[in-house]
Amino acid sequence: MTEVLFFIAATGAIAGAIGVVGLQNPFYSVLALVFHLLSLAALFLLLQAEFVAAAQVVVYAGAVMVLYVFVVAYVGAAEAAHLKTPIGGGQRTLAVLFALALFIELAIALLASGVAAIDSDGPQVPFGFGGPEQIGAAFLTKFLLAFEVASYLLLIAAVGAVVLARRRGGIHDEAETRVSVSDVLLPPGTGTMAEAVEGRTGTQAQRRLAPPAGTGAPREDRT
Amino acid sequence: MSLAWYLTVSALVFCIGAGGVLTRRNPLVVLLCLELMLNAANIALIGFSRMWGNVDGQIFAIIVMVVAACEVCIGLGLVVAIYRRRLPIDVDELRELNG
Repeated sequence: MTEVLFFIAATGAIAGAIGVVGLQNPFYSVLALVFHLLSLAALFLLLQAEFVAAAQVVVYAGAVMVLYVFVVAYVGAAEAAHLKTPIGGGQRTLAVLFALALFIELAIALLASGVAAIDSDGPQVPFGFGGPEQIGAAFLTKFLLAFEVASYLLLIAAVGAVVLARRRGGIHDEAETRVSVSDVLLPPGTGTMAEAVEGRTGTQAQRRLAPPAGTGAPREDRT
Repeated sequence: MSLAWYLTVSALVFCIGAGGVLTRRNPLVVLLCLELMLNAANIALIGFSRMWGNVDGQIFAIIVMVVAACEVCIGLGLVVAIYRRRLPIDVDELRELNG
């Protein structure tokens, strides 16, 4: 039974991975990655890592992939045709050769390492191995520092994403004029030091009454 | 199932991801392939955790997932910023830091 489940899940994981690399439309690549992650969660369950499998499905296949789908929908369609032109044949051949060589090297390193336990099913584990109880206890005792650093890392990443993806110049459109409280409350002719240095006198309200620069004076070629 | 099978799947997924990073031009797909490589490492970590009968490896896998989430967050933020500045979304064109 375990063997059958393993081969189904492993086939799904590898097919999903090939789909991510091979599919042309990035949207389908994201869907293939979701399939890959779900198969991977089944593999984690077979390895009795129940909490990690649940977190994989909820956080990874759920939240992170929704983020991907949103960005692909925002960006992907406009540029898809441009990206369809394949890379040069030489680089593609080299990349496939590199991946093959890497796989052979990894297989030698992993399977021929001589570690006896690699060919075994692993020891008998107690009931509840890999459950939330054990994971939580490990996080709050032995790996407390890693837990705290991970939370700071998530906070920094969230702030960084907001800073990177924000619209430059705030939330207003560039063409839109901004009306401030100081336009109404301050008497005309007063302003900040920056306005004085730039030679702009008066507040926004007063400047808006004047005609735009260049339109008031008659042009010389007409007179 | 013996652990060697899980490690083989891990190595295969890692190599598919590495090949994808080298062959694809769309930065979104490159990020997806990086996810594949991180997940391959996760299978190996959880397999070794099962082999030891110890949950420490699973903690490592969860930390890897946290780092992957941060990487996705920043990477997608960069892609959106590139798109906003009307630059080509192509890793071959984006060669200079001075955008």
